[in-house]
Amino acid sequence: MSLKPHNGAAGIRADLLEISRMVEPGSRVLDVGCGNGELLDILVNERGADARGLELSREGVNASVARGLSVVQGNADTDLVDYPTDGFDYVILSQTLQAMRDTRECLRQLLRIGRRGIVSFPNFGFWRVRMKLMLGGRMPDTETLDLPWYNTPNIHLCTIRDFVALCDDLGITIEQGYTYAAGGKLVPYGSLWRANVFGDQGLFVLSYDDDVRVATDVAGESPAT
Amino acid sequence: MKSGQNMNATTPDTGDLAVEGGITPLQAVPFRLANGAELAEVNVGWQAYGALNEDRSNVILLCHALTGDQYAAAPHPITGKPGWWDDLVGSGKIFDTDRFYVICLNVLGSCLGTTGPRDANPATNDPYGLDFPVLTIGDMVRVQAAFLEQIGIDQIFCVVGGSMGGMQVLEWTTSFPERVFSAIPIATAARHSAQNIAFHEVGRQAIMADPNWQGGAYYNTGKRPDAGLSVARMAAHITYLSETGLHVKFGRELQDRDAITYGFDADFQIESYLRYQGSTFVDRFDANSYLYITRAMDYFDIAADHGGVLANAWRDTQTRFCVISFTSDWLFPTSESRDVVRALNAAGADVSFVEIESDKGHDSFLLDVPEFHDILQGFLAASAQRRGV
Repeated sequence: MSLKPHNGAAGIRADLLEISRMVEPGSRVLDVGCGNGELLDILVNERGADARGLELSREGVNASVARGLSVVQGNADTDLVDYPTDGFDYVILSQTLQAMRDTRECLRQLLRIGRRGIVSFPNFGFWRVRMKLMLGGRMPDTETLDLPWYNTPNIHLCTIRDFVALCDDLGITIEQGYTYAAGGKLVPYGSLWRANVFGDQGLFVLSYDDDVRVATDVAGESPAT
Repeated sequence: MKSGQNMNATTPDTGDLAVEGGITPLQAVPFRLANGAELAEVNVGWQAYGALNEDRSNVILLCHALTGDQYAAAPHPITGKPGWWDDLVGSGKIFDTDRFYVICLNVLGSCLGTTGPRDANPATNDPYGLDFPVLTIGDMVRVQAAFLEQIGIDQIFCVVGGSMGGMQVLEWTTSFPERVFSAIPIATAARHSAQNIAFHEVGRQAIMADPNWQGGAYYNTGKRPDAGLSVARMAAHITYLSETGLHVKFGRELQDRDAITYGFDADFQIESYLRYQGSTFVDRFDANSYLYITRAMDYFDIAADHGGVLANAWRDTQTRFCVISFTSDWLFPTSESRDVVRALNAAGADVSFVEIESDKGHDSFLLDVPEFHDILQGFLAASAQRRGV
C-alpha cells in the first residue's frame, strides 16, 4: 500500500499501534491485507490475540510465516467468502479498502466474518489533497498518497464523507471514528466536516446495525456541524 | 523407547546423528484395512533421530513420498546416498535433532521394511504378489498411528511431508486430529486429480505389460519387470520436474557426442538422464509395491470420506497448519493446496499458506529452496513456542 509509515518510539508504525489498542486482549482477529505482518506481530505479542492474516503479495506472506505468524496467501476480493460467519471478533482492513475491487462486498464480508470491522483508509477530502487538485491541477501526492496515479494499487479512493454515506447505505454502524492529522497523530473524529477536511486518514470501528450499539464519539452526532 | 521389543536396530554411519530404528513387528494385529481385508502380520520399517523429551511432546513425524522410505536423514542402505531430507534433519538443522525426536516410518505396501507385496504371506509362506490387499493412504496412516502408540508416542508435535507424504499429513489431521499439534502438508492435494491418476495408470500399465511381471508372481522366478518399472519411473520422473527446469538443466544438449546419430540411442542428455533414473530405480524399488502405492494415492479423496464437503474433514480442528506449494509444480499445482486452505479457513482452522517461487517443479520440496526452508523454520519455531517444546 501507499502508506508512509510514521514510526513511533519503538520503531513501530504509530497507526498500527493505535489499531492494536482497539482490539480487546485475547480476541480472534483477521488482518486483511496484512503486508509483512507488522500489525499481526503486535496483536499476537502485545495483545495476546489469536490473529491471522490474509495477504496478496507472496513476499509479504512468506516474510510473515517465516516470523511465525499465521498468514494465508490470497486475494481479499475473492477469498473472504471462504471464511466462516462470525469466525472472528475483529476483521481489520488497514489501508486496504481503497485497493479492493468491490468495496461494498468487501465491507459486507468484513462484518459477516467479524463481529466488528476496523477500517482505515486515506481521506481524499483532506485539505492538502483538495489544494493539490485545485491549485496544481495534478493528482495529489501526499504523505499518505505517495505513489503516482499510473502506479498505484488504489483504485477506489474516497473521502471520509463518502465512506460515512456508504456505511449508512449498507446499514453499518460506525461505533468509533478517528482521523489521523498530518504527521500521524490520531485525533477523535469530532465533526464530519472537520474530519473530512483535516483528516489525512480515517479510522473506523464498524458493526452491523442490528448488533448492540456502543456509545461512541460519532453515534448521535449530527453530521456536518 | 519401550524396552524388550523385537527389533533389529540399525547402526549406520551417520556421523554425530543419533539413529535408532529397524524393522519392528506391529503388535496391533491382525490389522484390518479399509477394503475389509486383514493382515495377520505387519512389520514396520522405521528410523528415528534425536531423543524423546520427558513428556514426549517433541515428536516430529516425517511422511515420505511415493518412492521414498524411512531413511530420511541416514544413508540409504542400498544406494548409499544421503537421506532424502538429509539437508533438513540433524543437529542444528531445521528439524533439529538436538531439540526434536524426528521419526520416519516406511509406508504399508512398500518394500523397504514395512510389509508389502514382496513379503511372505503367512498363510502360504510365499510372497504375496497380487494377493496383497489393495490399501489406502488411510491404512498407511493407521499403521503409523498404531506403531507410534506401540512405542509410547500418542502426541505428535508436527507431522510433515510432501506429495504422497503430504496426503498422509492431511489424513493424520482428519483421522487423528487430537494427536496432531501442527501439520505441514507440502506440494500435495486433498484428492488425486484425474491427470495424476492418468499418469499413474501409464506407469502401472508399463509394469504390467512387461512379460517378466508374470501377473505379479515374479519373485521366485529369477526374472523381474525391470523394463516396465523403469519406464514407469521415467514417465513419473518427468512429472516431478518442470519444463523450465528441464530446459535450464538439459536444453537440447547432446549426450557425449557432437551430432545427432540418426538412431534411437540416447542422443540427448535428457534421454540419458531419464534412462539412468529408470535403471537405478529398479535396484531399490519393487514393481508390485509401485502398483499398490500408486493405487493408494489414486483412491485418496478426503472430501469423499466426509460427505463430499472438504471443510467437514476439519471441523473443530485445533491443529495448526502450514500449507506449502511451489509455483512450477504442475503435478500438485497451487490450486490443489488452495482447495485445502479454503476448506481449512471454512472450518476456522489456524492455517498459513505460502506458494513458493521455484522452477524446480514438484521435486522442489526435496531440493535446496532457501525460501521454503525459511518458512519451515518460522512455522516450527512459532509452533514450538506455543506448544512449549
